Amino acid sequence: MPSPFNVEKPQGKDSFFKNIKRFVSELKSFNFVILFALVMAASSSILSIIAPDHLSELTDTILAGFFTGVDFNKIREILIFLTVVYILSALLDFLTSFIMAGVSNSFVKKLRTRISKKINRLPLRYFDEHQTGDILSRVVNDVDMMGQSTHQAFSVLVSAFTLFIGTLIMMFITNWQMALTALVASLIGFGFVGSILSKSQKYFTARQKELGRMNAHIEEIYSGINVVKAYNGEIESNKKFNRLNERVRNANLKSQFLTGIMMPLMGFIGNFGYVAVCVVGAVLAREGVISFGTIVAFMVYIRMFTSPLNQIAQALSSLQATAAATERVFEFLDAPEMPDEKDLSAEVHAEKIAGKVDFSHVKFGYKKDKEIIHDFSISVKPGQKVAIVGPTGAGKTTLVNLLMKFYDLDGGAILIDDVPISEIKRSDVHSLFTMVLQDTWMFEGSLKENIVYNRKNVSDEKVMGVLDKVGLKHFANSLPNGINSDISENDSVSAGQKQLITIARGLIEDAPLLILDEATSNVDTRTEEKVQRAMDELMKGRTSFVIAHRLSTIKNADLILVLKNGDIVESGTHKSLLRASGAYAELYNSQFSQ
Amino acid sequence: MFRLFKFLSKKDYLKLFFAVVLIVFQVWLDLRMPDYMSDITVLAQTEGSEMSEILKNGGFMLACAGGSLVAMIAVGYLAASISANFAATVSRELFMKVERLGLSEIQNFSTSSLITRTTNDVSQVQMFIAMGTQLLIKSPITAVWAITKILGKNWEWSLMTAGAVGILLVAIILILIFVLPKFKKVQKLTDKLNGITRENLSGIRVVRAFNAEKYQENKFDHANSNLAKTQLFTLRAFAFLSPLMYLVIHFLVLFIYVVGAYLIDAANMLDKISLFGDMVVFSSYAMQVIMSFLMLAMVFMIMPRAQVSARRINEVLETKEVLKDGTKTAADAKSRGSVEFKNVSFSYSGAKEPVLKNISFSAQTGETVAFIGATGSGKSTLVNLIPRFFDATKGKVLVDGIDVREYKQSELRNLIGYVSQKAVLFDGTVKSNIKYGDNGKAEAKDEKVLEALDVAQAKDFIMKMPDQLDSHVAEGGTNYSGGQKQRLSIARAIARDPEIYIFDDTFSALDYKTDAVLRKELKKHTKDATVLIVAQRIGTIMNADKIIVLEDGKCVGMGKHKELLKSCPVYRQIAESQLSPEELKNA
Repeated sequence: MPSPFNVEKPQGKDSFFKNIKRFVSELKSFNFVILFALVMAASSSILSIIAPDHLSELTDTILAGFFTGVDFNKIREILIFLTVVYILSALLDFLTSFIMAGVSNSFVKKLRTRISKKINRLPLRYFDEHQTGDILSRVVNDVDMMGQSTHQAFSVLVSAFTLFIGTLIMMFITNWQMALTALVASLIGFGFVGSILSKSQKYFTARQKELGRMNAHIEEIYSGINVVKAYNGEIESNKKFNRLNERVRNANLKSQFLTGIMMPLMGFIGNFGYVAVCVVGAVLAREGVISFGTIVAFMVYIRMFTSPLNQIAQALSSLQATAAATERVFEFLDAPEMPDEKDLSAEVHAEKIAGKVDFSHVKFGYKKDKEIIHDFSISVKPGQKVAIVGPTGAGKTTLVNLLMKFYDLDGGAILIDDVPISEIKRSDVHSLFTMVLQDTWMFEGSLKENIVYNRKNVSDEKVMGVLDKVGLKHFANSLPNGINSDISENDSVSAGQKQLITIARGLIEDAPLLILDEATSNVDTRTEEKVQRAMDELMKGRTSFVIAHRLSTIKNADLILVLKNGDIVESGTHKSLLRASGAYAELYNSQFSQ
Repeated sequence: MFRLFKFLSKKDYLKLFFAVVLIVFQVWLDLRMPDYMSDITVLAQTEGSEMSEILKNGGFMLACAGGSLVAMIAVGYLAASISANFAATVSRELFMKVERLGLSEIQNFSTSSLITRTTNDVSQVQMFIAMGTQLLIKSPITAVWAITKILGKNWEWSLMTAGAVGILLVAIILILIFVLPKFKKVQKLTDKLNGITRENLSGIRVVRAFNAEKYQENKFDHANSNLAKTQLFTLRAFAFLSPLMYLVIHFLVLFIYVVGAYLIDAANMLDKISLFGDMVVFSSYAMQVIMSFLMLAMVFMIMPRAQVSARRINEVLETKEVLKDGTKTAADAKSRGSVEFKNVSFSYSGAKEPVLKNISFSAQTGETVAFIGATGSGKSTLVNLIPRFFDATKGKVLVDGIDVREYKQSELRNLIGYVSQKAVLFDGTVKSNIKYGDNGKAEAKDEKVLEALDVAQAKDFIMKMPDQLDSHVAEGGTNYSGGQKQRLSIARAIARDPEIYIFDDTFSALDYKTDAVLRKELKKHTKDATVLIVAQRIGTIMNADKIIVLEDGKCVGMGKHKELLKSCPVYRQIAESQLSPEELKNA
């Protein structure tokens, strides 16, 4: 199976802009709020362009008052004016930050919700090919990264740009030669930073990608820890971990370093501009082109001009990490989904279904070039119990996957009451079946929650009744809080008990068709007998498909299909198949061979 | 968090030392610059000053700036290198610690939480170190340096500066008090969200079969909303901090000037000029002091989350390893391939009822001992005590005559071929999965791998695949069917060539025919090995040398099939549920 990581895409400036563009376009639903916040950020910047001017007026007033006494009326005026400006500016900053916090937060929340919904819209094939740990890393690490930059980068960028442009205008108004000097000096620096930024994007992408890979390995080892321990696999897994960790370290070092040098670089550019302005200013002053006051003014301006550059550089470098994260998140969100089913018009109602099921020339392979089911045809009458037996790997579970419409057929059709399932919505197909799988699956929650699952209005009595049927009544009563006790994947509930809970979950669902895929393989046979009675009851009048290794449980099936390599090699009832002494008889007798 | 610093290597400390030296140098350069700056200012403002003087001072200033830049870049490299090394070391320590922990400790943390702790939490701390160390070192140096320059200049202004610093400190402390606990909650909620996503992914078929997509999504939404709500609080608390800081700075400067105006107005002519000069210097250095505090505040802004992460990392690293490693090796063994339980009881910590009660039995070299009993009777727990996944609460488990607790764990496990209830495969190839791990002997050759596959009845389907032994195995073996996975995991145990095999309900996932053939081949192959089998099917264990019947954690029968049929009612019931009367008679 191809690993999703083998495809290395070329990374660089283009992908940075593409990803940022994508990121910004995803913020569309917040357009109005963001615009509002940005206007406030810009206004706050304009206020900060005004303030220094008035502060120098304050010192001028004090200087002017050396001989005549300070003009306290004017000072009071300036004091009041600046107080208002500062408070207003702080208020605007606070509101911008406050609003952007809300925006980034709900943006991130929406993204996570989208990912969670996306999981349920992807074909199962996708999960056969992608690692759980990597998907998790996208939900947690990458989305987090995007949230952080929505919060900071954008408002910083806007206020910095406003400050930058505002100062530029003020400079050109004051003196164009000096303004040009300041501009050229800063632009040299800007070009420098730009070239570093464009080269460094690949390191940020590499960092997120390597983190994802390491996550996948950690997930795999942590969840198979008992095997790792039993085989002294620590050395091997450590070797792999160290290899992956080293790559993360390298990517970390490079991306972190590039983020780190941005600020000193901008600081240098600021000082460079300062010196340039002073030198050129001195020359111009000697020529009599400008006054000394202009030089002083430009000393303030050049500081105001370069400090936003500093902020812009910082914001851009944080956006680089964001671009990398964005790519990974949207790679997942853009993965092709299961075909849309809006146009499927076939109406099925669970209560009206008779239960006739036909497989007609079904062909299927998990991979296009590897067919597993070749030309499979059977017809099942309503209410029949069909058992599917055969060696492991014969394709039994695949048939169930197809019947449940988990995968789409490569050829042929499956019909329920003569309606092809390709014309029925997936959710409607699912609602026709009660399915119990060999893989026990439980989630964190109480015993009752695990049994009721997504059914509504299920009484405690009903839950207890079902638990009694599967022989878990005693178990439930022995729990500290009865059926409301928390049980989870990690608790000391045995595999068999888990399977019984899974069966109980199936029993509560009341659907016209039934699929049992090795439903009792982990249950001891005495319990199984009891469960079997409950299930036989359940199967009465329902078309059911049973996959079982223990042939004792399917002796009474109406139709037994013996599968081998995706083909039916034998079919009939228990008795007729034994008489034929073919593959089934051999399988059956192997139970007792010594 | 600082407890984690022990993971910095000597080399990293050397780097840190150099970084500090460079930062001091850089602060010195930075504080020199204003001198040249004011010289240039004075020169530029003074009529008739020499052009060369301006250029000279400009050159000095650029040299300072350039030197500062080089120093900063070097510091940046050192900081990046330290933080990247730190992250690599801590995540390696965590990973290896988790591998050393016992299964019950791992269960206490939950797998998804351990994953977040090894990745996301480490990233948080790393980010803090990368940004924090520079600021944490630089700002106090700058602050102290700047304070010495203004010390004793004027008490009114000093008081105002102190007041401003006080306000900032109060704001930072308040935020730490109110926000820090929220950060803890954020990480916990992140774990929860992670858990729900994992659950959805691992149970994807069940979710779809039950049309429970909405249910899962609602559950996710609920956790997501909780997380978002808590996060919003922390973000908004910080939205308050930065404008407040700037407000304090601005007002401090403003008030220094306004108070200055009154002071200057009241002073006599001679003092006026020096007061004015002091005022300008004071305001610029006071700004430096506050700015340093601002930088410190930035550190504190990213610190709470890092601190919570660090605590979560420490929780794992400081978990006591209940399973103490012994010293004995296989060479100390008194026998070969024997397992003995002496009055063993086991209960999970905190559980009321023990899972196993007073179990005693022994298995000699070459014997097959089987365990049968109802679901939940303690069969799996019993065999899990042998490779020491858990330790017995009471009694002793002996392997080759030595208490398992006295073995070096890797030595003990070298003796054992364990196959779990749920087949576990790893990302890689068929070959890498069969050769998996280390058994203290030379790596298995390809012939050995083939032989193991053959015994495990997996050779046929593997050799039919285009890449044969090099066929890809996806994470968790998801590209193989349940039975195929189980046969591969059996082959893995066989390739290991152990003295003792443990099959923890391994055969239930196989069909009868494969099961029968496999066991026959296995018997041939493992003539000298001791085999312990947990099973459901009577057919699987009928021929065992010893069958142990468990009921509610107690041993209720021990013997051969025929004896037990007569003497043990529980066993008889199990047999009756699986075999027809004539089959029972034939047996």
